[in-house]
This record gives sequence, C-alpha cells and structure tokens, in this order.
Amino acid sequence: MSLANFTKTEFKNLFRKPATEKYPDGPATYKDTTRGHIENNMDTCVLCSVCQMRCPTGAITVDRKAQTWSIRPFSCIQCRRCVDNCPKKSLSMAKEYTKPDVVKSQMDFELSDRQKAVLAEQARQAAERVAAAMEERKKAAASAKQTKDGEAKKSEDNKTQ
Amino acid sequence: MAAKRSVIPFGPQHPVLPEPIHIDLVTEDEKVVEAIPSIGFVHRGLENLVTKKDFGEMVYVAERICGICSFGHGYGYVDAIEHIMNIEPTGRAKYIRTLLFELSRMHSHILWLGLMADAFGFESLFMETWKYREKVLDMLEAATGGRVIFSIMRIGGLRKDVPDDILSGFLPELDKIEEGIRACEKAFLSDPAVLGRLKGVGYLSKEDAVKLGCEGPFLRASGVARDNRMKGYAAYSDMDFDIITSDDGDSYGRCYVRIQEIYQSANIIRQCIEKMPKEGIYVPIKGFPNGEYMTIIEQPRGGACYYVHASGKKFIERMRVRTPTFANIPALAKTLQGCDVADVPILVVTIDPCISCTER
Repeated sequence: MSLANFTKTEFKNLFRKPATEKYPDGPATYKDTTRGHIENNMDTCVLCSVCQMRCPTGAITVDRKAQTWSIRPFSCIQCRRCVDNCPKKSLSMAKEYTKPDVVKSQMDFELSDRQKAVLAEQARQAAERVAAAMEERKKAAASAKQTKDGEAKKSEDNKTQ
Repeated sequence: MAAKRSVIPFGPQHPVLPEPIHIDLVTEDEKVVEAIPSIGFVHRGLENLVTKKDFGEMVYVAERICGICSFGHGYGYVDAIEHIMNIEPTGRAKYIRTLLFELSRMHSHILWLGLMADAFGFESLFMETWKYREKVLDMLEAATGGRVIFSIMRIGGLRKDVPDDILSGFLPELDKIEEGIRACEKAFLSDPAVLGRLKGVGYLSKEDAVKLGCEGPFLRASGVARDNRMKGYAAYSDMDFDIITSDDGDSYGRCYVRIQEIYQSANIIRQCIEKMPKEGIYVPIKGFPNGEYMTIIEQPRGGACYYVHASGKKFIERMRVRTPTFANIPALAKTLQGCDVADVPILVVTIDPCISCTER
C-alpha cells in the first residue's frame, strides 16, 4: 500500500497532448475499414433492386419507373450486406458517418443522364430482340400452318382420287 | 429503541447507475437490511423477432442485444445454428472469432474499471482507463469496421477477413494498453483511499456464490474456478491460459479478477496472432436449420446460454438467451444485505450489470 499512486500518471497527463480529438472544430479521423455510410455510383447502377431485397431493415427503395435509388440513412444499420451483394459493384461503403439531422430524412438519387441513356438503349435493344423473336415465332407458326394445310390438302386429294 | 425501518427506492433512473435496474432498499439507520430488485424497464422483444427475420439476418438482431458484449451475442446465436446445421468453421474463422471475443472482453473490463472509478468518485482514474478503452475500440474498428456493432459474424464463418498486417499491428497497441492498465492497477489495488471503498465491501462466500448461481468474474472473485472458455469453443482449446480467481470474495477481489483478465485477454490475443492459420474464412451453407441446440459461452460478464429451436424453415421458431447479469441479481441482493447505503452504487457496479441485455 502506498500513497499517491496515481499522481505520477496525472502529472504526465498534464504535459501530454490531449487523447481526444477536437471533433466538431477539426476533422474526425476514421480507420480505412470504418463502415460509415452507403454510397451509390449512379453511373453504374442498373436499378436491379437486389440491395432493396437484401437490406435487413428495408432502408433502401428502388423505383424503376422514376429511375431513382433512395436510402433512409436513419434506418440503415451499416451492415454492408447491400455492398457485398451488389452485382455491378455500384454500391460502396464510405468512411464518414451520417450527419445528424432533426428529421428522419430520405435521400433520393436519380440515375445520371449517361446511365439513363445506357439503360434506355439496353431497353430498346431488348425490345427489338423480343420483337424480332416474336416475328420469327409468328413466321414459324405461319409456315408450319402452311405445310400443315398443304399436307391436309394432299391427303384430301388422295382421298378424292 | 429499535431503529425505524424505511424503504429507499433506488433507480431505475439514478445518477450513479449506468443501467436501469430498480432496487427497493429496506434500511435501518443507514444500513441496508434487505434489497428487493426488480427489472423490466427496457424490454424490447428482440427474441420474438426471430420468427419474423430470416435466420441469416437474425445475426444482426442478435448482435444488437447488447452494446458492450455484442460480439458474444452474435457468436452465441451463430454457434447454436452452426451446431444444428453440422457446420465446422475453418481454422482462421475460429481464430479471428477468438481474437475479437477477447478484444471485446478487454473493452468490457476496461469500461467496467472506468465505471467503478466513477462509482467511488475517482474521476481522473475513470478518464484514464477509458483512454485505453478507446485504443481497444480503435483496434476493433480497424479489424471489423465497427466500433460497437461489428457485423462480421455469419453462419458458416466470417463476412470478411482481417488481413495479417492489421493483426500484426495490434501487438504494439496491446503492449501500450497493458502498460497503461498497469499504471491504473496501482491506483485500484493499492491506493489507500480506494481500498477503503473496496476492501471487505459486499463479501460473498464461496458456498453462497455457488448456491445463488453466480456467473463470471463475480463468481471467480469468490474463489470458484469456473470459466466456460475452458470448454474449448472457438479456438480456446488451442490457447494456453488459466482461470483467474481470488479468495477475497469482496469488491476488491472482483476488481482484481477483472484487471488480471485484461492481461489474460491480451495474452490470448497474442497467441491468436502468433498461431493464426492461413486458410479461408467461410464455409458455404446449404438449406435451413432443423433441430434444437443450447450453447453456453463465456461473455465478459459470465456464462451466457443461447437456445435455438428451428424447424427446417426460413424462420426459426424460438430463440432464448439467458444472460449473466440475470444470474447475478440474486447474489447482488444477498451482498446488499447489511451494507451501508453509500456502498450500494459500488456493489451494483461490481456485478457489472447489463440490464439491456438481461431484458432484451
């Protein structure tokens, strides 16, 4: 048992620089691995909705008609599940934490014009392919009918003979 | 003339209490004659969510049962499901789990030291210990990406690997923390002012500790050598460590056991980093769990039981958690009998109460 055990540490602390960060005045430091918030690259997103399906809290909403991707940052639990499951590697985890707010806001992101054009082009090509396939099917059906009719006529002719 | 009995309600909101526990203190002349604890103020119904969440998603909910032993809760749930599905995680996954478990234990014990210092009114010691807790949190953040909720557990292994360079960076940090805690240890274990608040306060005999079903450091401080880590789950079977006990049975003994366990955890982490296997971290799983299993693991506060009953569907039928604080409350009521009213906050803190995980 000895007196004033902690005094040495206390004196040392007087001459050390503070152990804490002056966060609101200075920038906060984060580790490279910190899971802060989700970011979506609207140049590569294809609005596939996989993130919406995988999100355990339902924080992500994908609207294909309006071509928007929305996240409610106050519902997001930063589990990184959407990032791991994104097929286009469009989602990423940024280091900074979400900023505080007075309302539980929702952040909407619209697809970039370039990506909108890409998606429209893809949709047009897909529609073309579908139309072509339908056309082919129709033709095939028509030709099959013709041959069937021809065969039927032949058999009728045979019968009359 | 016999002293007049009066009842002092203590908590659930109380300046010295970090946790919402309510105790009715029956007092006689500043002495507590009887303590009647009651809990149930922060029930959230997390166990019932198991019937509404996919069994893989439930890991996130299990982690959120408690903010301090979050890794342990995630581990307990995943361990039970892995036993039901007959999955053996790979070596590296087991070692990283052990490492993170021990980091959480260090974090929890250092946090407790701070709360203890705060309870007996030593504010600068409180700040000093939390300085080292911050270093442990930084290590956890570097390893997993989260400071409190790690989201690294997954049925079948881990969601992401912790690279070897980050792990080797832990070694100098551990030395620094250990050095700092050794400086604080002198204040906790040999300062006369502190000893006056700890020595002989809240004595619990070995027999009583066993009879009342105590858990964790609270039990070990009464001289009972019981530690669930000795069962060898995760990679504990490969680690070299002994159970730390103290024969004091009072608040001083509990302080001693927890401080020694911080050094022990640092040693286990060093062993983990040294023996870390190279193979993968994840075993793919197939199908849904079908069956039931009960597992017990050693949380920082003591043994925690996890029971899972699955019926081969996407959703699990029942999950039940028994937390160490719940087991320690009867013994707390026993130690409070006969103590001074001024010692009540210290005694409540010595069981390291975590009411949020007790009520879930």
